[in-house]
Amino acid sequence: MKFALSWLKQHLETQADAATIARALTALGLEIEGVSDASAALGAFRVARVLTAERHPQADKLQVLSVDIGDGTPLQVVCGAPNARAGLIGVLGLPGAVVPANGMELRKSAIRGVESNGMMCSTRELGLGDEHDGIIELPADAPLGISFAHYLGSDPVFDVAITPNRPDCMGVYGIARDLAAAGIGTLRPIAVDHVPGSYPCPIDVRTDDPEGCPAFYGRVIRGVRNGPSPQWLADALKSAGQRPISALVDITNYVMLAYGRPAHAYDLAKLRGAVVARKAVAGETVHTLNGREYTLDATMTVIADDVMVHDVAGIMGGEHSGCSDATTDVLLEVAYFDRQAISRTGQALALTSDARSRFERGVDPGFLDTGLDLLTALICQICGGEPSHVVRAGEPPLADKLVAYDPALAARLGGIDVPQAEQRRILDALGFGVSGEGLWRVAVPGWRCDIDAAPDIVEEVIRVHGLDAVPSTPLPRAPGVAKPTATPAQTLERRLRRLAAARGSHEAVTWSFLPWLQANHFADLDNPVWHLANPISKDLEAMRPSLLPGLLMAVQRNLDRGATSIRLFEIGRRYLRGADGASAEAPSLAVVLAGERHPRGWAQGKAAPFDAFDAKAEALALLAEAGAPVDNLMVMGEAGAQFHPGQSATLRLGPKTVLARFGMVHPATLKAFDLAGPVAVVELFLDRLPAKKTAGSFARAAYAPPPLQAVTRDFAFLLPIDRPAGDLVRAVRGADKANIVAARVFDDFRGAGVPEGQRSLAIEITLQPVDKSYDEAALKAIAERVVAAAAKLGGTLRG
Amino acid sequence: MEQLDQTLAAIAAADTPDAVEALRVAALGKQGWVSALLKTLGAMTPDQRQAEGPRIHAAREAVTAALAARKADLESAALDARLAAERVDLTLPAPETPRGSVHPVSQVMDELAEIFADLGFAVASGPEIEDDWHNFTALNMPETHPARAMHDTFYFPDRDAAGRAMLLRTHTSPVQIRTMLSQGAPLRIIAPGRVYRSDSDATHTPMFHQIEGLVIDKGIHLGHLKWTLETFLKAFFEREDIVLRLRPSYFPFTEPSVEVDVGFTLVGGKRVVGGDGDALGGGWMEVLGSGMVNRHVIAASGLDPDEWQGFAFGTGVDRLAMLKYGMDDLRAFFDGDARWLAHYGFAALDVPTLSGGVGVRS
Repeated sequence: MKFALSWLKQHLETQADAATIARALTALGLEIEGVSDASAALGAFRVARVLTAERHPQADKLQVLSVDIGDGTPLQVVCGAPNARAGLIGVLGLPGAVVPANGMELRKSAIRGVESNGMMCSTRELGLGDEHDGIIELPADAPLGISFAHYLGSDPVFDVAITPNRPDCMGVYGIARDLAAAGIGTLRPIAVDHVPGSYPCPIDVRTDDPEGCPAFYGRVIRGVRNGPSPQWLADALKSAGQRPISALVDITNYVMLAYGRPAHAYDLAKLRGAVVARKAVAGETVHTLNGREYTLDATMTVIADDVMVHDVAGIMGGEHSGCSDATTDVLLEVAYFDRQAISRTGQALALTSDARSRFERGVDPGFLDTGLDLLTALICQICGGEPSHVVRAGEPPLADKLVAYDPALAARLGGIDVPQAEQRRILDALGFGVSGEGLWRVAVPGWRCDIDAAPDIVEEVIRVHGLDAVPSTPLPRAPGVAKPTATPAQTLERRLRRLAAARGSHEAVTWSFLPWLQANHFADLDNPVWHLANPISKDLEAMRPSLLPGLLMAVQRNLDRGATSIRLFEIGRRYLRGADGASAEAPSLAVVLAGERHPRGWAQGKAAPFDAFDAKAEALALLAEAGAPVDNLMVMGEAGAQFHPGQSATLRLGPKTVLARFGMVHPATLKAFDLAGPVAVVELFLDRLPAKKTAGSFARAAYAPPPLQAVTRDFAFLLPIDRPAGDLVRAVRGADKANIVAARVFDDFRGAGVPEGQRSLAIEITLQPVDKSYDEAALKAIAERVVAAAAKLGGTLRG
Repeated sequence: MEQLDQTLAAIAAADTPDAVEALRVAALGKQGWVSALLKTLGAMTPDQRQAEGPRIHAAREAVTAALAARKADLESAALDARLAAERVDLTLPAPETPRGSVHPVSQVMDELAEIFADLGFAVASGPEIEDDWHNFTALNMPETHPARAMHDTFYFPDRDAAGRAMLLRTHTSPVQIRTMLSQGAPLRIIAPGRVYRSDSDATHTPMFHQIEGLVIDKGIHLGHLKWTLETFLKAFFEREDIVLRLRPSYFPFTEPSVEVDVGFTLVGGKRVVGGDGDALGGGWMEVLGSGMVNRHVIAASGLDPDEWQGFAFGTGVDRLAMLKYGMDDLRAFFDGDARWLAHYGFAALDVPTLSGGVGVRS
C-alpha cells in the first residue's frame, strides 16, 4: 500500500514529520517497507527559461538553446525535445546532477560539435511519470533558478506492508485512523453529503445470487464528461503507484485507495436490459480489462446484463462496458461480495486485482452508501452530470459483533497492565464501542472483520499502547541444573554426524526433492515415490526414497568442478509411503566416496580409487558407534539393483533386518547419474537400529582381565573359491567357544601352489586359557576341532 | 711397565670391536700378560707382594677401563653411522588424512538445542510430508483463509485415508499441534527441521530450515515471549548488546502476533547483529515471527484454552547461520560443494556446549 504524505494529511490532522509517522506505522503493525521522496533526488535540477532556440547546425532533430537560470548568464544547451522553444520554462539538469531515471551523471559535453552545459529534462527522466514526448513545461510564474526539488515541494511516499487481517488499512483513511489512535494527530471525519438523485434509476439492478453478492447498490449519472483527471487526482494515484487512466476510472480507484472500498463504473450505453449479479453459466467467457479472456464456471459470481458478462464480480470489470472518453452516462456499482467466494474465484482464475485483495480480506459492509456518496460527489465535481436515485438490491450482512472482554486480560495475556482508561481510549479511537463495567462488552466496527475474541482486543490495546512497553519477564526455571532434553534418536544422529566428519567426510545437505528419473532410480517397486503436484521445476519434483541419488548428483557437480577425491555424507530422511496414505519418513545416513582414496604419493606410489572395503569400513565404524552389534552382523547380498552385484552387500541383524547396505555403484547407475569413475557408497537405515537402553546404569561391568596370557595359532585352509571368508571365520570361531576368542583372516591367496577353483585363506585364532596354561595335548585338540570345522565347509588344511 | 703403555696405546688405536676383543684376550685372557703377572703374585714374598701387588692390580684396572671406554666409543660411533644411514627427508609429506566437516545447518541446530536445553526446552519433531489439517486447518487457517495464499505450498496429488490433502509442510508449526496432542501440557519444546515453500530466488530456496519454539503453561504471557527471545538471541550471538524491536503482525495461529526485528550495524558493508537499529549506521532486520498461541490452535490440540496459554515462535535456521557465520548465499547451503563445506563447515569436535561456548569463532 503506497500513498503520499499529502494524501494522508487529507484524513489526518498532524504536524508529525515523515520519519515520526514511519516509526509509528511500524510500531502499530503497519510495517514501513520504505519511504521515498521523489523530490529528494532533484536538488541539483533548476527551474530555467529557454531564451532562444535555434537549429543545430549538424542535426535536424536537435536545437541549440540558450537557457537562463536567473543569474543573468545564459547557458548553451543542446536539446532534442520537439516542444523546446523560446519562452518555455522547464527544468535544467546542470553538470554533476544525476538523472533519477537512469542514474547517469550529467557532464558538460559536445553534442555533434556543439557545446552543451546540461540537459532540459522530461517527466520520465526525473522519475516523476511516464511522459517522454517532450521536456517538462512549467507555468509562467515558476521562479527561475530555484531548485526543482524546492519548486515541487517535498511529498514523501510511504510504502506500507498491510497484513492480510487488516483490509481496513488498505485505504489511507484506515491508516489515518490507526495513527490517530497512536497519538499521531487527529482523524478528520469523512466529509461527504448524500447527493440526492433527481430521477429514477433508468436501469434495473438486482442480485440473483444473494450468497455471492448479498448487496448491490447502484445509481446512474447522466451527462458526464470523461477525460484526463485533474492534477491532484492524477498525482494521488501516481503516489500510490497507479497509472491515471481517465477521470471516471481514476475516481473509482481513488475511493478504493482512500477508503478501501472497491467500486465499478459501467458505460451505461453498453448495457442491455437489467444488470444482475448472478452465478456464471459454466463455460461463459468474459474479456476483462487486463486484456485477457476468462472462462467461468457455475461457482463464480458475475455481473451481467441480457447479453453478456460485464464483470467478474468483485475482481475485475469487463472490457466491453468499461468507461472511455466517449462515455456520457455511467452506472455505478457498489456491492458487497462474499469473501470466500471471491477468494475461490480469484484462485481458480489465477486473477489478482486490488479489488479482489480487498473483498477477500473483508470490506466494511456498512460503507456501501457512504462509498456511493463519495463516488457520486467526486464524479459530479470532476465530470459533471446528473445522478439518479440510488437503487439498493439485497442487503449487506451488517452484524453487530460484540466481544466480551475482561480488561485484566491485557496483563494476563499481553504481559502489561494497561490502565483501563487508556484501554478505553484506544478502543474508542479505533472505532470500537465499549460498554459495561467489570467485564466489558466491546462492539466491533464493521471494518474490523478480523476481530473475533478477547485476545484480538488485547492485541489492539497492546499494539497501540506500544509493544516496546511490555516488560521482559523471565520464564520460570526448573530448580537445579538443566536436564538433558535430546531424544535417543537425536543423540544417535549427533554422534554419527560427528563420527562421519571425524572420519574425513563433509556433511552435505541436499534437496529433499529430485528429478523424477533420479528419484525413481532408487525407488522400491512396492513403494512408489512421492511426486509433487506443483513442483517448482522438473529438477525438484519427486521426494527422495534414499539419500544416495542426491549425493551422487552432488558428486557429479564436484567432479565437474575438478575435485579428485570426494567424501560426502548426509543425515536426513528418506520419504516413503506409509499405511493409510500417510508419510513414512525414516532417518538415514549415507556416505559417498568417489575419486581417489589417496593421491599418488612418494610412499604409496600410484593413486588408488575407493573400493568396496572403504565403504565397508565406514559402514562398520558408523554402525559400531550407533551401538549395533557389528561382530554379529551378517554380511549378505541384495544391496539393490543400483549396486555392483559382485561388490556390494547388506549388513543384517538376523536374516531380515537390513541395517545398512554398501558397496560399489552399478555401472548403469553411474551412467544414469552421468558419473565416470567408480563410486563407493554406504547407506545406513537408522530407523532399523536396535533401540539403545536409556534407563541403564552409568556403572560399567567390573574389570576382570584374564589371569593368563592369550596365545595365537595360525592355520591355512584351501577352500572353494566362492566360499565366503566370513563363513570360515564364523565356523572357526564356533569350533571351540570356550577357548577361541577371536579369529581373523590375514591372507587370501590364489595362484601358484593353489589348485584351480580354490583359494588359500590364512587365519589367526586367539586362544584364551582360563584356569591353566595350554599343554601340547590341549593345543592339539583345539587345532583338530578347528580343522574339522573348516572341513565341514570343504576346507582342507594346507601342509 | 712398558707393556702396559703399549697395551693402552694399542687399545686407543683399535678401530673395530674385534681388535678390542683381541687386545682384551692378549692382556686379560687366560694367557694374557696381565693374567700372567697376577699369577706371579702367589710366588712372591709378602714384602714383594706388598710392593708389586698394587702395581699389577692397577695395570689390570687401567687395561679394563681402557677396554670398556674404547668399546663404548666404537659402539657409539657405529650407532652414529647407522643412524646417519637411516636418515629420512622429513620435508617429504606425511600420509594425508582427510578432514571432514559438519554442515553449518547441523551445527547451528546443535547450538540452538544446547541453548534451549538450558531454558528447559526439549527437542520435538514431526513429518515433513504433512496433511493439510495439521499444516493449516489446526493452525486456524481454514480452507479459504487468505493466509493460505501467503504460503505457496507444494502439494501432492495424494490424500490420506482421512481424505486430507498431502503436502510438504510450509513451516514447523504442525509440530506444535502434534506435540500438544501427544504430550499435553505443560510443554516447552523446540522443533527444528526442513520446511518447503514454492519460492526460489536469490534469497529464497524451495527448501530451507526452520526452528519452532512452543511454551504452553499457565500464566505465560507476552513478557515471557519477549524475555525468551532476547535471552536466546543473546546466547546465540554471544553478545550482550542485542536489541530487539517487536512489531505487531499477523499470523493466523497466534494472537497477539509479533514480528521480531534485531538491530544490526553495518561493518565493512556486512550486517553484524548487535546494537540499536535506529542508531546511525544501523538498521533492523526481521529474524523471528511469534505470538501468543491462538485459542483455536490450543483447542484444536485438545487442550482447554481457558486453562492453558502460551507462546510460539519460529525462525529460519539457515538465516541464523548466515547472520552468525557470514555466508551470503543461501543456495550454496544445499549444493554439496566440498570446497564450500570445507570452508564454512565445522570440525567434528566443535561440539557446542554451554561451558565451552556454543559458537565457534573463526
